[in-house]
Amino acid sequence: MTSKKPLKKAGKNGGSDGGGSAGKISVTTLSEHIVEIISDSGEGAQRCGQSFGSIAARMGNGIWTTEIIPAEIRPPARSVAGASGNRIRIGSGYITNGGDQTDLVVAFNEQVLLGRVRDRELKPGCIILLESMWRKHPDLNISLAYAETHDRLVAAGYTVREIPMEQECQLLNADPKRGKNMFALGILCFIYSFDLQMARDQIALTFGKKEQSIIDANVKLLEAGKQWAQANLDFSFSIPATPAAQPQIVTNGNTALALGVMASGMELCAMYPITPATSASHYLSEVFEKVGGIVHQAEDEIAACAFAIGASYASKCTITITSGPGYSLKQEAIGLAVMAEIPLVVVNVQRGGPSTGQPTKVEQGDLMTAIFGSHGDAPKVVMAPATIEDCFYSVITARKIAEAFNMVVVILTDASLSSSQQPFTRPQFNEAWLAPPYDQSPVPEGARPYDWDATTGLARRFIPGQPGGMHTVTGLAHDRDSHVAYDPDINQESLRARSLKLAALQKTLTAPEIFGDAKGDLLVLGWGSTKGAIEEAVASLRAEGKKVSSIHLRFLQPMQPGIKEIMKRFKKVMTIETNWSDSPDEEIIDENNRRYSSMAILLRSRYLVDVDCWSEVRGQPVKPSTIRRVVLAKLNK
Amino acid sequence: MNCSATDCLLQMYDEQHDLEDYQSGVPRWCTGCGDNAILAAVQRLCRDEGLRPEKTVFVSGIGCSSRFPHYMKTYGFHGIHGRALPVAEGVKMARPDLTVFVNTGDGDCCSIGAAHWIHAIRYNMNLTVFLHDNQIYGLTKKQASPTSPIGTKSNTTPRGSYLDALNPLSVTLGVANASFVAQAVDWIPESLFEIVKAAYHHKGFSFVRILQRCPEWLPKSLDPWMQDPNSVQLLHHENALQISAGLSRVYKNQLRHDPLDMNRAREIASSHDVIPVGILYQNRDIPRYEETRQTGVLRTTATVRKGFEAELDKYSV
Ligand SMILES: Cc1ncc(C[n+]2csc(CCOP(=O)(O)OP(=O)(O)O)c2C)c(N)n1
Ligand code: SF4
Ligand SMILES: [Mg+2]
Repeated sequence: MTSKKPLKKAGKNGGSDGGGSAGKISVTTLSEHIVEIISDSGEGAQRCGQSFGSIAARMGNGIWTTEIIPAEIRPPARSVAGASGNRIRIGSGYITNGGDQTDLVVAFNEQVLLGRVRDRELKPGCIILLESMWRKHPDLNISLAYAETHDRLVAAGYTVREIPMEQECQLLNADPKRGKNMFALGILCFIYSFDLQMARDQIALTFGKKEQSIIDANVKLLEAGKQWAQANLDFSFSIPATPAAQPQIVTNGNTALALGVMASGMELCAMYPITPATSASHYLSEVFEKVGGIVHQAEDEIAACAFAIGASYASKCTITITSGPGYSLKQEAIGLAVMAEIPLVVVNVQRGGPSTGQPTKVEQGDLMTAIFGSHGDAPKVVMAPATIEDCFYSVITARKIAEAFNMVVVILTDASLSSSQQPFTRPQFNEAWLAPPYDQSPVPEGARPYDWDATTGLARRFIPGQPGGMHTVTGLAHDRDSHVAYDPDINQESLRARSLKLAALQKTLTAPEIFGDAKGDLLVLGWGSTKGAIEEAVASLRAEGKKVSSIHLRFLQPMQPGIKEIMKRFKKVMTIETNWSDSPDEEIIDENNRRYSSMAILLRSRYLVDVDCWSEVRGQPVKPSTIRRVVLAKLNK
Repeated sequence: MNCSATDCLLQMYDEQHDLEDYQSGVPRWCTGCGDNAILAAVQRLCRDEGLRPEKTVFVSGIGCSSRFPHYMKTYGFHGIHGRALPVAEGVKMARPDLTVFVNTGDGDCCSIGAAHWIHAIRYNMNLTVFLHDNQIYGLTKKQASPTSPIGTKSNTTPRGSYLDALNPLSVTLGVANASFVAQAVDWIPESLFEIVKAAYHHKGFSFVRILQRCPEWLPKSLDPWMQDPNSVQLLHHENALQISAGLSRVYKNQLRHDPLDMNRAREIASSHDVIPVGILYQNRDIPRYEETRQTGVLRTTATVRKGFEAELDKYSV
C-alpha cells in the first residue's frame, strides 16, 4: 500500500531553500498505514507518536497506538535494543489492534532502527526517514556505522530518506535535542495530509500545563517540519477518515481503567508501584481527589490488598491495582476476602512471567493464578477486558458484581492494553454506576451475618455502624453467626455457599457473540487483548471463503453459557493465547505430557471438547498475520 | 451517595452500657493467660467510655491474642497472620467515624507483620494498638519469637534461642511520626487500665506493648518481675499518668518522666534491669494520615459527574 514512487532527491545538506514544490507532489490515497517514530529514550519520540495518533483520531481516523519501550530505563545512547517510541496504526475505519509490520518509520538514529529490522517489525520496502546528522559525526566509529547501516538498509530494499532534522531545528535556535520530535511531527503532518491547526491544538493540549512560550516554540518547530517536508518530499498520503457518529475519546487502557474507577463509585485505590500497572495509579493520583477519592500507596502489595479489604469491609468496595509479582503477593489476602465474603476488585495488568520476567512486555500468563490462586477452594470472579473501552466498563461491572455477590472480582488486563491507545465512544455518565449509600440501618432481630441462601449461597452482609449487626468476620472456618467452627457439616455448608455464588452469577450471563458464522470448520477462542488481531485474521480468511469463526470470552470464571453448544457446531476448535503451551511438534511432546494454554485447559476440562491451542510468548502483541498463518495451518491439518 | 458523615446521624438510643454489652462468648485462653487481663481492661474501657458497640471495631491478625475480637460484642475483624495493621488502616481510612482497636501478637506484629508495623507508625492513623507480647509463639505451640530473650528454649530453639530480643519500644520510638508509646504489664490491672485508657484517648497511632504471661509455654519467665515490685518502674508526670496511693504502696520504684522528652524515652525504653510501665512518649501534634488525606470534597453524584466529565473532555477528539 505504500507509494511506489521514488522519493525526490534533495541536495546532500537538504536545506529548506527549495521553496514550495507543491505542484510535483503526488498524494496517494490509502485505507491504512502503520507509522512508527523511534529514538533513544528521552528524545521525545513517545510524545511525537502519541500526538500523531491523537491528531489522526481528531481527524476522525481509526487508530491503535503501541508503545515501543526499551527494557531498561536508560539504555545507552544509539543502542540496538534501545528503541523508544510509538507505533501508530492509522486507518479509514475502526482499528482494533496494532496490525503487522510498519510502512513508514521516522528514526532519530540508525542503531535503534537496526533493532526494529532485527525484530522483523518493518515491512519489506518500508519508508525510512532517517536523521542524517550522524553522517558527519566527528567520532569516526559513529559516522562509519551510520554510513554502513544506511547502505545496508538501501541494499535491503528499504526506501531510505535522509533528513537533516537536527540541522533544521538549529536554524530555529531551538535546543535540537528537545524540539526534534515536534519537527518530526510536522513532517508526518505533511506526509499524511493532516490539518495543521489540529496539530497546533494538540500541542497546546499536550503542553497545556507549560508556559505559552514553550507551546509557541513547539508550534514553530511543527510548522518548520511541515514546511521542510513540503519543500523536500515529493510524496504524501491521504487516509480518508470516516468520523464516528458519536463523540469519541482516546485513551490507553490504564487511563480507561482509572476513569472506570472514578465513574464506578469507588472511593479508594490501594496500590504498590509495579510496571506496567503504575500509570493507572499515577493518573488516578492526579485526578481521583477531585471527586473525593484517594489513592493510597501502601508499603507493599500485601498491605495494599489488606488495606483495600479493610476499607471494603467497612463500607466501600475498594480496588487494588497490580501486576504479576504483586498479584502473587496478594494471594493470601485475596483468600481472606473470599472466606470473609468481602467485596474487592483486584486488577492484574499482566506482564511476562514467571518471577520478575519481562516487566514491560505483554503476556497472558496469569489466568490460572487468577482463577485458582490462593490456597484452598477460593472461588472468585475473573474478567478480561478485550479492548480499551472494555477496560473502562469492566471496572464498573466488577464493582457491581463484587458488591452484589460479596466476592472478589479479578480484572485481567495486560501490558498491551495498558499502554495502547484507541478511540472509543465517549461514555455517558450514568448515576446508576455509583455505589448506593452504605447501609447503616439497624439489623433486624434474628438476622445472621452469613445467612447463606439455600439456592444461591448469597448472604446479606452487615457493615460496621449497623446497630445489632455486631460480629467478628474471620478467615477461619465459620458458621452463619461468623463463629469459628470446625464442624464437618458447617464447613461443607460454607464452602458450598461460596461456590454457589459463582453459579448464581453465571446464570445472569449471556452467551458470547460469534464473530462469523454460527457453524463451520474451525472455531477460534481467545480472551483479553488478542481480540482485535484474532478477528482481523478471521475476517480476512472468511473473505477468502474459509469457514472460520471466533468467540472472545469476557468472563473466564464463571464462563458464559452456550459455549459448548457453539463449539459443537465446528469441526475443529482451538484457542489462541499469549501464554505458554508445548508445541505438539516437539520431539518428546505427546498427548500424555503436552501442556496446553490456560484457556484451552479450562475449556477442555469443563466441556470435554478436544480443544487445541496455539500460543506464543514473544512479549509482543500477537500479529494478525501470525494468526492467519496458524489458523490456515489448522484448517489444512 | 456515599458520604462519611455518619457522625451526624441522630443518636436515638441510650448510650449507657454495662460490661455485658461488650462481652461475647467465653474466652478460650488458658487459665492464667495474660490475654484475659487485657480483655478485662479493654471491656472496662469500652463501658466507662460508653463506646457504641456498633461503632467500634477490633482488628487482629492470627495467634492466641488475635482471638480477642471474638470475645468483644462489637464489630471485629480476625484477619490473617501479620496483616492486622493494614486491615485496620483501611477500615479507618474508609470510616473515620469508627473507633478502631488492633490486637496483635509479638510474632504477628514484630515478625511477619514487621514491615506494616514500621509503616503504621509513620502513617500515625488514629488507632489504638495492643501488642500482646508473651515473647513466644503461643498458638503454634512454643516457637521463639523476635521478642524472646536470648537463650529461650522453645521447640525451634531446643538449646536456647540464638539472637538478642528485639525491643518493640525502642523500634517504635525509632520510627518517624511515633506519637504514643507506652508499656504495660498484664499483672497490674489498675495501671494496665489507666494506660489502655490514655492510649484510647490519644489521637494518633497509640502503641501499647503489654507484657503478657503465657503460663502454657513460658510458665515462669515473668515471675522474677512479678515477684519483685521494685523491678517494675512506674512512670508518672503531671502531663501524663499519676500513680494512685494504692499502687504507690506496692510499687515504690517510680520515675517522673515527661512524655514529650524523646531522648529520655529512648533511654527508658532500653532499660535492662527494670520494666518501665507507663507512657514513654506522647506527641499530640503529629498529623494523622487519614486527616492529611482528606480531600475536602464532599462526594455527591454531582461532584463525581463534574470531575468525570472534565477528565473525559481532556481525552475528547
Ligand atoms: C502466613 C502464616 N504463617 C504462619 C502461620 C502460623 N501461625 C499462626 S499464629 C503464629 C504465631 C503466633 O504468635 P504471636 O503472634 O506471638 O501470637 P500469640 O499466639 O503468641 O498470641 C504462626 C506462626 C499462619 N497462620 N500464617
Ligand atoms: S498458649 Fe499462652 S498465649 Fe496462648 S492462650 Fe495459652 S497461655 Fe495464652
Ligand atoms: Mg506471642
